[in-house]
Amino acid sequence: MSADDAPTHRGGDAADDLNAFITRETVVSDADGPLAGKTVAVKDNISTEGIRTTCGSAMLEEYVPPYDATVVERLRGAGATLVGKTNMDEFGMGGTTETSAFGPTSNPVDRERVPGGSSGGSAAAVAAGEADLALGSDTGGSVRNPAAFCGVVGIKPTYGLVSRYGLVAYANSLEQIGPFGRSVEDAAALLDVIAGPDERDATTRYDAAEGGAPDAAGVPDDTHPAEATAYAAAADGDVEGMTVGVPTELIEGADDEVVAVFEDALADLDAQGVETVEVSLPSVEHAVQAYYVIAMSEASSNLARFDGVRYGVSGSEATGGTEGERGSSSEIDGGDGNWNESFARAREEGFGDEVKRRILLGTYALSAGYHDKYYKKAQDARAWVKRDFDEAFAEADVLATPTMPVLPPKRGESLDDPLSLYLMDANTVPVNLANLPAISVPAGEREGLPVGMQFVGPAFGEAAVIRAGSAVEE
Amino acid sequence: MTVPSGFTSGVANPGSTMARAAERAELVPVIGLEVHVQLETDTKIFCGCSTEPADDEEPNTRVCPTCLGLPGALPVCNEAAVEAAVKVGKALDADIPEETRFHRKNYYYPDLPKNFQITQYDAPLCADGELEFSHEGTRRTVNVRRAHLEEDPGSLRHVREGPADLDVRTTSVDRADYSLIDYNRAGTPLMEVVTEPDFRDPREVRAFLEKLEEVLEYLGVFDAGRDGSLRIDANLSMIEAGEVGDDGAIDEDVLESANRTEVKNISSHKGAEQALSYERNRQENLIKRGKAVEQETRHFNETHGNTVSMRSKEEEKDYRYFGEADLPALQVSDWKERIAIPELPDARRERFRGAYGLDAEAASKLTSRKAVADFYEQVAEEFDPDLAAAWVADTLLGELNYRDMAVEDVTDRLDEFTRLIELVATEEVTTKNAEEVVLRTMLDEGLTPDEVIEREGLGTAAADEVAAAVAEAIDENPDAVEDYHAGEGGAINFLVGQVMQKTGGSADPGDVNAMLRERLDG
Repeated sequence: MSADDAPTHRGGDAADDLNAFITRETVVSDADGPLAGKTVAVKDNISTEGIRTTCGSAMLEEYVPPYDATVVERLRGAGATLVGKTNMDEFGMGGTTETSAFGPTSNPVDRERVPGGSSGGSAAAVAAGEADLALGSDTGGSVRNPAAFCGVVGIKPTYGLVSRYGLVAYANSLEQIGPFGRSVEDAAALLDVIAGPDERDATTRYDAAEGGAPDAAGVPDDTHPAEATAYAAAADGDVEGMTVGVPTELIEGADDEVVAVFEDALADLDAQGVETVEVSLPSVEHAVQAYYVIAMSEASSNLARFDGVRYGVSGSEATGGTEGERGSSSEIDGGDGNWNESFARAREEGFGDEVKRRILLGTYALSAGYHDKYYKKAQDARAWVKRDFDEAFAEADVLATPTMPVLPPKRGESLDDPLSLYLMDANTVPVNLANLPAISVPAGEREGLPVGMQFVGPAFGEAAVIRAGSAVEE
Repeated sequence: MTVPSGFTSGVANPGSTMARAAERAELVPVIGLEVHVQLETDTKIFCGCSTEPADDEEPNTRVCPTCLGLPGALPVCNEAAVEAAVKVGKALDADIPEETRFHRKNYYYPDLPKNFQITQYDAPLCADGELEFSHEGTRRTVNVRRAHLEEDPGSLRHVREGPADLDVRTTSVDRADYSLIDYNRAGTPLMEVVTEPDFRDPREVRAFLEKLEEVLEYLGVFDAGRDGSLRIDANLSMIEAGEVGDDGAIDEDVLESANRTEVKNISSHKGAEQALSYERNRQENLIKRGKAVEQETRHFNETHGNTVSMRSKEEEKDYRYFGEADLPALQVSDWKERIAIPELPDARRERFRGAYGLDAEAASKLTSRKAVADFYEQVAEEFDPDLAAAWVADTLLGELNYRDMAVEDVTDRLDEFTRLIELVATEEVTTKNAEEVVLRTMLDEGLTPDEVIEREGLGTAAADEVAAAVAEAIDENPDAVEDYHAGEGGAINFLVGQVMQKTGGSADPGDVNAMLRERLDG
């Protein structure tokens, strides 16, 4: 890595008026692998050794990880050229890339509009041709949402398909790293590189029998599906005889323009030999609430480590301490043993409003006396959503929905109303609650704006959603 | 109201206060423990860093992204730590469930890298165990409610900068200018053993802890010599003796209604007894003076032997426990069968008594440390078990104890001690010389027994040399000989002394005595 001599650009640069990158830095790999000659942008919550990894937060503006995420190691092993770290909603908390401490990213299709989020920088970079491929992360739709809004392909893998080692956690029971490409085959080829078990992530395991027994170290006791599947090869468009389920509940809430494009695409699939059936997911009306309770609860714990002690904003300015006096990051103000003041100062300075909102709500939801009312209830809803999907997959090979219920909003339009933003996730969050794989592919346009179509598959059924997606593409 | 004289004691006086009533009632302490034990594994519980401190190691050198809690790093469970914990569970005769899970305990503290601790909550690895131990000659059984795995935090050093000509000093947190954090310890596997409130005496607590440590050491999962290897939190409340049933049981409601304190920062068996004795007296005095015991957390100050208030119940923490999604649940139903544990101290004690004919005291001494028992057994197989017992239990342990040494300090020299016992058994050196010269020199100067005997000329005197000395002593001391024949008991001892002097102590006094009598009576 050449972290020291590489130029670092920030938003507003002439070469990047989209503000898709937080840090531009090119790292060429010598490896001769399947991604040799391909450029890949990496979301800035994926750790890169020697290249700062900010998570779109002022808290980590100067944080340089001493290690590579597993997916970054695999990119380098596959011969990919890294071109930079992409902009994102702060810690992944948002659907428009507007909560970034490094300024919003523009949608290359219409610069007045948001690129979606939270992986908006990655989607915009691929859509604008600034990278061939990109990695994002998807906690409640953060790959599929910007893929839909920017008119590119994004895949959210089954929980446990791709290692999260090195992905800075927002909601660790929900999220996966996922690929972006300008075609289904491109995105699937990137998935081929990053998927597979990792001894450093105990959740990258595959239980052939559900509820099966991984051993103590979490080492897979069955062949991991990633090792037996060629994802790029599944992008063959051959959907003849496939059954696609359409969950009525997830169509009803979408805008008319979006539904029109979605129905045209379904008709096109029908012509290719797909059988379409209606399915019902009654539990999804609770999915958004359940998702936010779980995601915020986990976030309140995952983001607790940002206290200014070991790395990140130390909050020392407020006490007048100089860098020299407080040079070592593991030297902290003892005071009378009440460290909370120092922690609070760092967090007050380092975190943005949306992050603070979610930490506060998550802390509340886990508190004694409220735990059962919120967190436990949300877990029950999560189990219910999983069951509904299981039942739906008894009738269909994959499910299809509009990825986003709306067209990409203009910048600034939705920021003031967090609730309407949260509701934008209605079609994507149920998939994370159920740990399932999904893809978003461009299905057409309305008013010159892209509309994405989402296919959801059964656990580890990536090949099926890739196949369905590739049929829409053609 | 008049009270008949001589009829006051033991009768409730309507004018008396609660304080007076309490004064009369005998109070007993009710004590429960949370014992944190560092499990000895090669690597930390959730990462590959070593758990073994290097000599004079620098702070923050035995760390990686996971145990430092760096963004993005993930925990992976160390199977060896789970195995060690299952061994403890088996030794405590605890239930091991089908499935066990990890939870997060959320609180902010600078020694906690993630500001949450990975621990176990509703599905601990061990439940419903017990530990039997001896206390003042009686057998006691304390129930273990649960025992679970968790990660150790790092350690803090509070620093105060002295005047310019003095170095910085370690101090208490309230006097510190700043604090330094060392994460080398962070991620060391800990097992927390939680007992029922079954103790009725601080001395029982000490006996229990000694037994627990004995068992852990036998299992090979514990190193008592490691700093911070055993940390104890104890809770104590006082209740009226009349509330304790014949079987020692106490009504749930009585227990609940008694205010209790939790004492933290106890790090030794002795400290536990001291802290709890102090706390018992403090609470007893409060109650006798009619004052309420406040429900609070108290800090044990080892230097002063007292406890001081840390925080009251109102400030009790809410840890917001929830499941750790990064660690899949572990299926451990067959681990109890699969994992073997060695013979435990109680069983070995009984076997030693039967197999080697030892008395209770010797058997107990010889089995309290596994290394001692192993050594004894090795010696007893080769030589006379009684001789071996005397040598190992009394002589060797006594000399080691005198030098503040443990058997671990000499485990690599056990061959030399075996050789010494062999020399005694074959009468090549006298017991007296072996004990008073050879063993002490071995320990003090690191020599082998043969080297000591050679250097000090302690080889058992040859028979003719002794015979010559006996003849000489008789010739040189006619008065003593006369006294002997006159029936004076002390005379023979004098003559034996003379012979011993002449042989430089290398003769056996019993043999000399016999030879003298033979010559004098013959």
